[in-house]
Amino acid sequence: MTSQITGQFDSVTARSQWIEISQETLALTRRLFIQLVRRPSTLIAGILQPLIWLLLFGALFSKAPEGLIPGGTSYGSFLGAGVIVFTAFSGALNAGLPVMFDREFGFLNRLLVAPLRSRSSIIFSSVIYMTSISLIQSFAIMVTAALIGYGWPGLSGLSIVIVTLLLLVFSVTALSLGLAFTLPGHIELIAVIFVANLPLLFASTALAPLSFMPIWLGWLASLNPLTFAIEPIRAAYSGPLDLNAVLINAPYGAVNGYGCLSVLMALSFGLFFLISPMLNRKLA
Amino acid sequence: MDVFGVESLIQMIELRGLEKSFGSIQALFGLDLSIPRGCLYGLLGPNGAGKTSTIRIITTLLAPDSGSVVVNGVDALKEPCIVRNQLGYVAQEVAIDKILTGRELLELQADLYHLSQSKKIERITFMIQRLDMDSWIDRRCGTYSGGMRRRLDLAAGLLHEPELLVLDEPTVGLDLESRKIVWELLRELKSKGITILLSSHYLEEIEIMADRMAILDRGRVIAEGTPDQLKDELGGDHVTLRVREFSDEKESMQVRDVLDNIDGVKQIVVNRSQGFSLNLVVEGETVLPKLREELTKADFPIFALSQSRPSLDDVYLQATGMTLMDAELAIAGQRDSKLEAKKGMR
Repeated sequence: MTSQITGQFDSVTARSQWIEISQETLALTRRLFIQLVRRPSTLIAGILQPLIWLLLFGALFSKAPEGLIPGGTSYGSFLGAGVIVFTAFSGALNAGLPVMFDREFGFLNRLLVAPLRSRSSIIFSSVIYMTSISLIQSFAIMVTAALIGYGWPGLSGLSIVIVTLLLLVFSVTALSLGLAFTLPGHIELIAVIFVANLPLLFASTALAPLSFMPIWLGWLASLNPLTFAIEPIRAAYSGPLDLNAVLINAPYGAVNGYGCLSVLMALSFGLFFLISPMLNRKLA
Repeated sequence: MDVFGVESLIQMIELRGLEKSFGSIQALFGLDLSIPRGCLYGLLGPNGAGKTSTIRIITTLLAPDSGSVVVNGVDALKEPCIVRNQLGYVAQEVAIDKILTGRELLELQADLYHLSQSKKIERITFMIQRLDMDSWIDRRCGTYSGGMRRRLDLAAGLLHEPELLVLDEPTVGLDLESRKIVWELLRELKSKGITILLSSHYLEEIEIMADRMAILDRGRVIAEGTPDQLKDELGGDHVTLRVREFSDEKESMQVRDVLDNIDGVKQIVVNRSQGFSLNLVVEGETVLPKLREELTKADFPIFALSQSRPSLDDVYLQATGMTLMDAELAIAGQRDSKLEAKKGMR
């Protein structure tokens, strides 16, 4: 009887704990969305920049000889996957900025002095917000790409696109939040974002296939997490998706669709496990 | 919950042997402090005395290097979440989100303290009316004046009806009207039995508001009691003497030697930062004429001579050898704003 009552009490406590964590997380996420609605410039810029890339690069290589890209696809279709991944990646890399500003302006102290059920709510809200934004931006790019004739991935393809983007956004958001709590200020964080962004794009298969690259760059691109996100999405755009098919002919060996998604999943979990103790320490 | 015995029933806050360093700079040196329940307690000291570090430790934002912190009978170092539930904190730098409206900020605060929907609406409505924020609460916080921000911050700190309110220099930079509103609210809260810890470097604020107070200097409590007790402990009236507008040290020492043996003169401090004027503690009404007489005999002129009841500044002067303002000026050049900003960052 006693253990029954204790069990019921525990379940009520656990339920109230989850209700309180949800209340905190929703309130913090709501704040981020209010900021977005009232200051939409970052969202608009985050959509416009990759759109310009898509239109300009697409136009630049529109007269490329047929067969230039392996598989015979047009350069525009080839580029689409790269731009979608780049959009999600850039957005997620900026996830740490609002947290950094909260640290600098003392708003984080307001949150830390509150009896939060879990201080992970601060992290959860950033992840929810950034994932939503990245998906909205990527969806805008996909619709535009479809309208200018670069194709649409289909239903099963679309699910692969979403899963791939989620895995990429989770890992990059974790990395960015880790940096936001480690670096001394927003200038340093922006510098890291600035330095990481374009080199990672160029050292991936976003703009050119591996076969175009010199050996050293091919190695870099084959190790670059962006490549592991780009290739499954590219495959989803190319027709019926077979995750058993080889998507990356890397210098170290062939990687199929499952391999790509496994690498992204390992990266996501790895980064979260790596950064969690540091975040816990900072928020303790 | 109450694991610290009877003492914790009387005291709302018990700090014992607090030590805190930031790199090579030691901010607190074994600080001890007891703050009774239902009391408006003033923490006075110049910038850099350790007030903010002490407050940040009480509010669980900072962990001491050593020492114990008990708030409302709860060990704040072991059970910080319970302590956070019981206190409201109004920080020195008002941290508001400029994009949100005041109401949205209060709603966020209510959710962080897990208020139910009905309680949230009730408390927000009450605080808006109580602090007269109706006309501007739905404007974005970025458009608020310093006084409006401070009122909003106070409302946020009080939203969950805490038993303890901690305010770190809440009236810095405020106009007189906003200060009065803050002071009125604090008096009202005290009358309702809420314990208030108020740090300030404004003497008059502590003198007017505090039931009890502690003076902090270089990370230590150098005096503690009611403002009247501390002034009475000086044991007499305060006399300021200047033989010339600007004397030198040698002359001031000579004057001190002349006055030292007069009956009723209890203490003489040469105030270097005030043009080597002399601050005397005297007992009795007849001392002033005697002072004039002895100075005339010794052929010293009198530029200014005044007698007054001792102030908290005199208490500070007696304890440290300098006035509070001089202590502020002395430390102003030594402070590292970058390090202090870093101290405040998590």
